[in-house]
Formats: sequence, C-alpha cells, structure tokens
Amino acid sequence: MEGLKLTNAELLVYIHPSKSGNKLKAICRELSSLLFQYDEIFDGVLLAFDVTVKSKGAKILAGLNPYFGVKVEASLLLFNPKPNSLVEGKIVKISPETIHVIVLGFSAAVVTDIDIREEFKYRMRNGEDCFVSSSHKRHVLKVGTMLRLQVESFDEEVMHIAGSLLPANTGCVKWLEKQSEEALHMDRDDHKRRKIA
Amino acid sequence: MGASEALTDPSSLYNVGNNDLSDTETVLNVRNALASVQNALLKALSGSVACIDVNHHRRILSGIFGMSLWDHKPHVMDSLMDLIISLAATSGKYLDNCLNMLIRHFVPPPWVIDRLWQGRVIEQKQHVLSRVHGALLKISLLVPLAPSRLLPMLAHQLPKINKKDQVVVIYVENLLKLENSSIGQVGGGMIFMMVMERLRDLDLEIDWDDILQDDSNRGMFDMELEDAMNEGDELPVGSLNQDTSGGKIESLDKLMVTCFDHLESCNLHGRLDQVFEKLFDSFENFILNTYKSKVSQFLMFYACSLDPENCGVKFGSKLLDIFLSSNKPRPTRQVSLSPLWMSAVAYLASYLARGKFLPISYVASMLKRLVDECADYCRICNDDIRPEAHQLFYSGCQAIMYVLCFRMRSILDVPRFRSELIPLESILMHKLNPLMVCLPSVVAEFLRQAKAGGLFVVSDSFIFEDLLESELSRAFGGCERLDTFFPFDPCLLKSSNSNISGNFIYWSMVRPTYDKDDDEEDDDDAEIIVNGDEESDEEDEGDLDYALNKMSITPKHSFKNNMERERLMKMPSMIRPSTSPESL
Repeated sequence: MEGLKLTNAELLVYIHPSKSGNKLKAICRELSSLLFQYDEIFDGVLLAFDVTVKSKGAKILAGLNPYFGVKVEASLLLFNPKPNSLVEGKIVKISPETIHVIVLGFSAAVVTDIDIREEFKYRMRNGEDCFVSSSHKRHVLKVGTMLRLQVESFDEEVMHIAGSLLPANTGCVKWLEKQSEEALHMDRDDHKRRKIA
Repeated sequence: MGASEALTDPSSLYNVGNNDLSDTETVLNVRNALASVQNALLKALSGSVACIDVNHHRRILSGIFGMSLWDHKPHVMDSLMDLIISLAATSGKYLDNCLNMLIRHFVPPPWVIDRLWQGRVIEQKQHVLSRVHGALLKISLLVPLAPSRLLPMLAHQLPKINKKDQVVVIYVENLLKLENSSIGQVGGGMIFMMVMERLRDLDLEIDWDDILQDDSNRGMFDMELEDAMNEGDELPVGSLNQDTSGGKIESLDKLMVTCFDHLESCNLHGRLDQVFEKLFDSFENFILNTYKSKVSQFLMFYACSLDPENCGVKFGSKLLDIFLSSNKPRPTRQVSLSPLWMSAVAYLASYLARGKFLPISYVASMLKRLVDECADYCRICNDDIRPEAHQLFYSGCQAIMYVLCFRMRSILDVPRFRSELIPLESILMHKLNPLMVCLPSVVAEFLRQAKAGGLFVVSDSFIFEDLLESELSRAFGGCERLDTFFPFDPCLLKSSNSNISGNFIYWSMVRPTYDKDDDEEDDDDAEIIVNGDEESDEEDEGDLDYALNKMSITPKHSFKNNMERERLMKMPSMIRPSTSPESL
C-alpha cells in the first residue's frame, strides 16, 4: 500500500513550566494532539510517533510564561495518499452508485459508479449488494472485501479519499494477489520451457 | 415510484371533476402525488450525490439542509435520511453540514413542545429521533472520523438556558442516547462534560434563597425539610410550589430525572462501571469546585446507590485520594480560592454520612484513613496558631466528627471499628484544638454522642466551654465557607428526591448514642421539644441551655448574646447556601 511513509524528524517541543516534572509525558501529549490531523510541515496525516529526548538542557523562552523548548528526535508514521497512488481498505457499504471503503480504520474512501470500470456490474446476490466482474466470475466485491483502489483526490480536512477502480490493477486484493502469483508461476514455467528448449 | 405512477395514471388526477370522488379524496390524491414527487426527488438525488457540485448546486443543497424531518411523513423521512447519509459519506465537503442538520433535530419545533402530551406528537417524535440517531450511527460507520467532528457541534448547539421551554431536557435526552451508542465509546466523556456543565449552570441560576424561606432558628441536626416532604404535606416553609425561578426548577428536576434514567439503563446493561469513570471526571471538573450547587451532585449519589460495591466504593476512594494528595498539585481546573481537596473531604464526609447503601465496614475503613491522616498531621505540624494554616487538619477533623454524628452507634457496636478510632482522642485534644475551631454545631453533636456512647471521656470543660464561637470555623473554612459545606444535604427537588430518598439517610433516621425520642415515628414537632427538654433536665444541669438550643425548632431560646445570635443566623442548614455574602 502506498501513501504511508516513515520519517525521522528533529523537533523542538515547547512545554509549559508546570509540566517540567514529567517532560516525556508532556511531549507525548503535545504530539498526540497532532494525531489524525493533516500537518503541512510533515506533509501528511500523523498516524503514530515515537520520541526520544535528545538534549539534557532546554532553552527557556522569554515572555510571560517561561515555556522551555526541548529538542526531541521523533520517528513519525505519516499518511499522504498522493493522486494516482494505490491504497487498500475494507468495503463497508455497497450501493448501485457507490462503494464505501474504510482505509486504515480512520479514512473514509468512496468510489462512485463513474469511477468503476465497465467490467464490474452491480448485482444483488443472496440479499447482499455486490459488484461482480463480468470477465472474471470469481472477482467479486462485497461488504468485508479488502479493496485496492487508486486515489483520485484526498480531502485533508476530513481525511476523505475519492477513489477509482478504473485501472486494471485495482479490485479485490485477494483476487489480484492470486492472479499475480499465477502469472509468476506461468512465467517460471515458460522460462523453464524456454531454457530446456 | 410514486411520482411516475401518478403521472402515468392520470385518472387519479383527472378525477377532479368526477362526481364519484369527494373533494377530500381528490385533495388526498393530489397530496399523495405531490408527496411522492418529493419522495422521488429525494431518492433520485441520493443516487446522484456524486454529481452534486457544492458551488453550482448551492440552492439545492441549502434546500436539502433546510428540510426538517419534523414536518414530514415517515417514508419521506426515510428518503431524506438516505440522502443525507449519502451526502455525508460521499464527499467530505458536506459532512459538517449533514451533521449539523441532524443535530438540529434534537430540538423539536415549538408546535411539538407545546403538545408533548398528545399521542400523535409522541409518535412523530419517536419517528424523527429514531431516524436521526440511526443516520448518525450509519454516518459514523462510513466515516470513522465523524464522531470527533460531531462532538464540538453538539456542544455548540446545546440550547441556552431558556425559561419557558424544556428544550434542554429533550436535547440532553438525545445526548444521553448518543452516549449509549457506539458514538458514546468515542465521545462519552465529552457528552457527560456537556451535561454536567449544563446541570451545574442551571443549578447555579436558581436562587435557592429566594425559593425557600429562611428558618434561621433551625439547627443543622433538627428535623429536616425532607421529612415534611416525605409526608406529602404542605411544606412547612414557603414554597417550592410557588416557582419563582420561572420554570428553571422544573427543568432542573426533569433533567436530573432524565440523567437518573440514563444511569439506570447503563446499570441494566452492565456498563455503569465504565460510565462511572467519565461521570466522575465531569463531576471533578464542574461540580467539585463549585460550592453553590444544591442538586447536581446527586447524580453521583444516585450512580453510587445503583452499584454500591463498585461505584459506591470508587467514589469515596477517589474523593479520599484527592484529599490525601493535597500536597501534590492537581491538573484539574481550579476556579476557586479554596483548594480542591477541601471540597473533596466535605463531599466525602457528607457522602459517608448519608449513603444508606454503604456498608458500615467501608465507612469505618474510610474513617480510619482520615484518622490516620490527621494523626500524622498532628505529629508533623508547625506552631502556627492561625486556623487558616491548618485547613487540612481542621477539615479532616470536622469530616470525621460529622460522619460520626450519623454513624456513631453503628461504628461503636463493632469492637474492631471502635478500636480504630482510638487515636481520635489524642487528635481532638491536640494543641491545635480542633474542637474549638471546627463548626460548633457539629462538634456539639459529636461530643454529645461520644460521651453517651462512651467513645472517650471528654472533660466537662469542653461542654461548658463557649462552643458558640464561629469565627474560628469561619477562618478555617475560608471565604467559600467550606466549614459549612455539606453537599449531600437533602435534595430539594421533588422528582429527583423520590429517586434518592430510598438510599438516603435523613437525620431523623439516625439513632444517636444518646436517647433521642421518637426517632422513627413521624410526629408533632411540639412533642419533640417538650420531651427533649424534659430529658435534658434529668441530665447535666449545664446541658440544659445547650439542649434547649439544639432541640427547639420554634425559638424557645433567646438571642442571649450576640455570639449566639450570630451562630444561629449562620447555621449551616441546607437552606442556607454555603457561601457567606462577604465571599467573592
């Protein structure tokens, strides 16, 4: 899955003097307030972090409240799905016009019918809404399926992804992986045949 | 669909001129056709949500968001909800608008509020609110971050305190319903904060002085107001009937009952324990540091009464922890001059005294810890003679004495508990002189019972000594008068009290160690006075005046001297608020 990256950052965290008793807790608190929000500086949505305090000393700010700045080194897990990248998520709802997916448990993604390739047709099977591929009968998209989709746009404020199932490498993850495995086997067999021959 | 049917089958429309159909039937047909057009439109829009553009279709969107479920029939409601859910889930741009539109339904239109007793209206309310909650849940399923966006909006749309309407009550009902749902898993804490803050604000708005006439002659340990209320008679004092607060008392009462119901349903579903933590947090933030609230704190009392082993025990322990951690700074917001732990120990004392559901072993263990803490303080205290310097000690002592006023007999009945109180004698005899500084009425009652129960022998000098001095207690109480702060004094609201009274210890129910006449029977006041006086005649001579002062409800005593008058005027009865006029 694309869109996830791990970066290292050197940060300067300013802490209120009352928190000087437990600096690490205060630092974690500060960084936690940034979780699940898009940050321009980090260029992504902060999902997780790990901090180590670098310096023993800290610079005290001049001013009414003597905040002090602690240098920390943090490794940050960031999520920023760029357009045309691929992401994966679980389907939670299917309707004739849309497929609703949840990515990484927090981001809502939607694929509308105009972005679903011709191959997939909406069907009602056993009372369940699903999309079935007309060319590969086994390729079924229903509630609970892990779906790989291409990102069209990402709304940073609500963490909303508009996705597309137009490219051929999108669809049910399990099915796609099986396909690629089979293709690999066939390639190997071909290769062997060529070698022998 | 309905619309297309109406159009393809024009006979229903063209029957206007037909003599067979009456006018009403015609009107009905036309109405149905129009409604189905609307329905069809909504359904069509649901399907094409992706094509709606926020700029080009602004009018349509504002029309949709302006619609209200309250005005429509159920099948139109369904279509509208489907549309809203689609809009919210499909594009981030509409999420906030959709959520706001849904929350607006928590406040019914005036015509609903005016007719809440009508069956038809109740049914409509049920239709609307069930769909709104359903939609909120579905949206939160499709858009996981929706609840976190929802919560600030809920706070924003919480109705202001309104004199006439009981809109707040309905809104809070809905908030609590949300708390019960999956959204509550995320935002339950914040919902309780909102509710607690509103309860407190409403509580503080009501001028309790105004409502109840002061009976300054009544002592703290005299017959309590609630005994009269329980008899169902006219209240001896003025009027909770004459509602001069403009409907606020009724609103508060209803709000409390709504919250009680919610807590009860939490208990039935086994989630009270989990809810209790959030409840206590909001209590700590809003109620613990407010000394003028009369009723809101009973939310905690009720929760504890529902589950004494868990919540009941936890409440006391948490309060004790706050008191014992008095030397450590606490992160909670402090809005008063008095430290939070002073309020905590006052709450603890009142709670231990009044909680009928608390096992005596628990009360004893709490007392022991208080006693130990005070004993430790005695050893390490400095020589400062000012009462303000030893607030911790005096509030601890007063707490112990207050609880023992209610529980002395049951504690003394068990030798083990009795032995745990042994350090108490040396504490009370310490040079810091808590018997002089703590609130006189509490000290007096305590000593009387201690003597009668044989807890320890108090030198007579204490009883004769001028216990009427209240300046010292005022000094340790601080400007918020925490020396006269007994937060769980009987609840003054009718419906709320009916939920509480079963688990509440009224002073009349207490069997003190000395003989108190007619403590169980309800009776005439006059008899109590007479008998009390006669009884005390047989006892120590010096007690007579004192006993007269205590037991009388009508002013048999005289305002002998200024100090006594002062004491009586400042009696810490529940009728008076805890803050004196000179305070902030």
